[in-house]
Amino acid sequence: MSKDHNLIDSIWDFFCSLKLAIITLILLAGTSIIGTVIEQGMTPEEMAAKTGWSLDTLKFLDKSINAFDMYHSWWFLSLMGLFAVNLICCSIKRFPHVWKTVREPRLVVDDGFFRSLSNVEEVVAAKGTLDGVRDQVVNLLKNRFAAPVITEQDGKIHLYAEKGALSRFGVYITHSSILIIFIGAMIGNLWGYKAYVNIVEGSAIDQVWPRGGKEPIKLDFSVRCDNFDVEFYGDSQRPKEFSSDLVVLQNGQEVLKKKIEVNDPLSFNGITFYQSSYGPAGDATFRFRVRERATGKTIDVAARQGEHVPLPGGASFAVTNSTQSYDRFGPAVQMHVNTADGQHGNPFIVLQNFPEFDAQRGGDYIFSLTGMEQSYYTGLQVAKDPGVWVVWLGCFLMVAGSCGAFFLSHRRLWVTIQPLGKGVGVKLGGSAHRNQPAFALYFDTLRKDLNDALADK
Amino acid sequence: MTSSLLFNITTAAYFIAMVVFIVYLASKSEQVGFGATIISWIGFIANTGAIGLRWREAYAMGYQQAPLSNLYESVVFFAWSILLIYLVFDLKYKYRAIGAFVMPFAFGGMIWAQWTLDATIAPLVPALQSNWLTYHVITCFIGYAAFAVACGVSIMYLIKVGKEEAASGNPVGGILGMFPSVKVLDDLNYKAIMVGFPMLTLGIITGAAWANYAWGTYWSWDPKETWSLIVWFIYAAFLHARFTRGWVGRRAAWLSIFGFAATIFCYLGVNLVLSGLHSYGGG
Ligand code: HEM
Repeated sequence: MSKDHNLIDSIWDFFCSLKLAIITLILLAGTSIIGTVIEQGMTPEEMAAKTGWSLDTLKFLDKSINAFDMYHSWWFLSLMGLFAVNLICCSIKRFPHVWKTVREPRLVVDDGFFRSLSNVEEVVAAKGTLDGVRDQVVNLLKNRFAAPVITEQDGKIHLYAEKGALSRFGVYITHSSILIIFIGAMIGNLWGYKAYVNIVEGSAIDQVWPRGGKEPIKLDFSVRCDNFDVEFYGDSQRPKEFSSDLVVLQNGQEVLKKKIEVNDPLSFNGITFYQSSYGPAGDATFRFRVRERATGKTIDVAARQGEHVPLPGGASFAVTNSTQSYDRFGPAVQMHVNTADGQHGNPFIVLQNFPEFDAQRGGDYIFSLTGMEQSYYTGLQVAKDPGVWVVWLGCFLMVAGSCGAFFLSHRRLWVTIQPLGKGVGVKLGGSAHRNQPAFALYFDTLRKDLNDALADK
Repeated sequence: MTSSLLFNITTAAYFIAMVVFIVYLASKSEQVGFGATIISWIGFIANTGAIGLRWREAYAMGYQQAPLSNLYESVVFFAWSILLIYLVFDLKYKYRAIGAFVMPFAFGGMIWAQWTLDATIAPLVPALQSNWLTYHVITCFIGYAAFAVACGVSIMYLIKVGKEEAASGNPVGGILGMFPSVKVLDDLNYKAIMVGFPMLTLGIITGAAWANYAWGTYWSWDPKETWSLIVWFIYAAFLHARFTRGWVGRRAAWLSIFGFAATIFCYLGVNLVLSGLHSYGGG
């Protein structure tokens, strides 16, 4: 019986111990390094090809410790679990004591207690009554510290005053915040998803594809992309900003409209759409004004890339390539003209910004590019994370709690006033649970004030 | 006045301050020490002005971005943060000798940035155009800077404590006599980490908030994120070992130096050695 009890006790002590906390922290730090060296989500083969490391070793690491997805491996999650259990046990063990310190402070103390404090002062007021001195000291504490609780017992008067009692809970708030963040992460993992979807300009979707999954997820609304825009830095190909005009439709009704950009997503019903990529959808359409050199007649035609478009007189032309920036000359196409009997002409370049440029080529037809229309698809990341607010709550509590724990302290003062010979004896003692040097300085001024106040009489 | 001229002045001032601090330790002249502090302030003001001017220069080029957009800018900001924390500690605690062990970090950063890093102002890719980037970088770097000060103080501690023990309790003279007492050094180490740790916590949180806002995932275990968590774990272990197991003095000093080494790896090693999602890659 008592052996059992000892075993349970020692298991409990193990989970409460701070040694375990420090070891777990160091183990978490140490093992986390593995996943920063081995690229997560790769296969051993890809990694071996990329780095030249031994494939056998990588395969072994993959099998034995799940090194390519280590942050979701059983052993890493267990380490996190151990960390959480340690935190919970430690808090359960210590909390009642702290609660008692704060809720049931020692209002009446004896000489032995004063001796245990590092900040003490004894003053004897030669004249004056017990009550008079009491009022003076109470006033002093009220003005310089905090209003004290007064207890009269056995002909002595005991005062107790405190400040910053709540800072004792800072540590517990910090520690619970870690658990709250864990809970938020679990909620997100269980009831949320990460997915993606591509929407071609002008069309709508009502399902998205989860990452790593095969079955699409059906939404209870649909999203249409009315327009996609990309802006570049100057004439370069470096995108400055890209954006999509999205419309949320429910039962055929437009319920929400927003232009989203990178770093400015759209949220609806707990599901958020992030601008993440883009690309061309289908072939571009090019508009030309064509002048027949012989007659001077002009016509307007449109062509898709690769399509042979007939010209008056039996010839035809086709666009084979295009770019938004041909050197510094802006948008351009590469094209050729086929003669009426089907002979392939030499390719040439037409520049949109220089409509008369093609006249210098000396061909039968003079082409001016009047427009280039490329429709795009917009690539969106889709995320649903019902736990994210729990995570933010945890983060807020962590910052608030650790500031409380680090920068505030619980300061307490005790005073005993008792008759001493013909006069009145006053004992003052104080303690702070943190930052003692600052409290010692404070206590020093308080001690002087007390002496001055009582000397006045 | 251009930002690059001011950056040169900054580098020079940090170098001179570093040398004058060492002269101060050797000469024990308070005037020399005061001079070193003044030169540090001049360097700090030049550094501030240079970062401000560079901000304006980027705006003039049409880039609406804070000057925290590439490795060069982050390193000069790191030097600025180190000076900020050092000068605040100097105003508050007035232990001048610490400058000799903190200025080398700031000077090292500046000279490395000036000599080898690409200082051209380049526009940000869309993913990085966010105010969160600014909050994130500022909080992280104040944290890193506090850890740098803690590391400098810890080195002083280790140098002094050995000599003091050899002298078996007698006060040590010479240059070491100019150092604050080992008790003070140990306490300053802890105080600096107490500033750095909440800042790093905020840095990690603002990073997560930003990632969530930009991509919908607040944590993706990419190498940079993971390393910042590793650093956080190390300093959390430091604090717990100190509070509850009484790890002070030598062991605390070594842990602080070790923590700063991990910080530097998190800041530079991840980009230069490991690859990641982050932007400062490749130098
Ligand atoms: C990385 C996660 C952790 C963080 C950020 C953290 C944060 C803190 C902070 C800010 C303090 C306040 C220090 C002070 O009293 O001034 C503290 C103290 C403490 N922590 Fe943690 N902690 C963590 C993990 C743990 C774990 C896993 C345990 C498990 C037992 C633990 C046990 C304690 C204890 C016993 C104290 C001292 C409380 C006291 O002063 O009465 N901590 N922690």
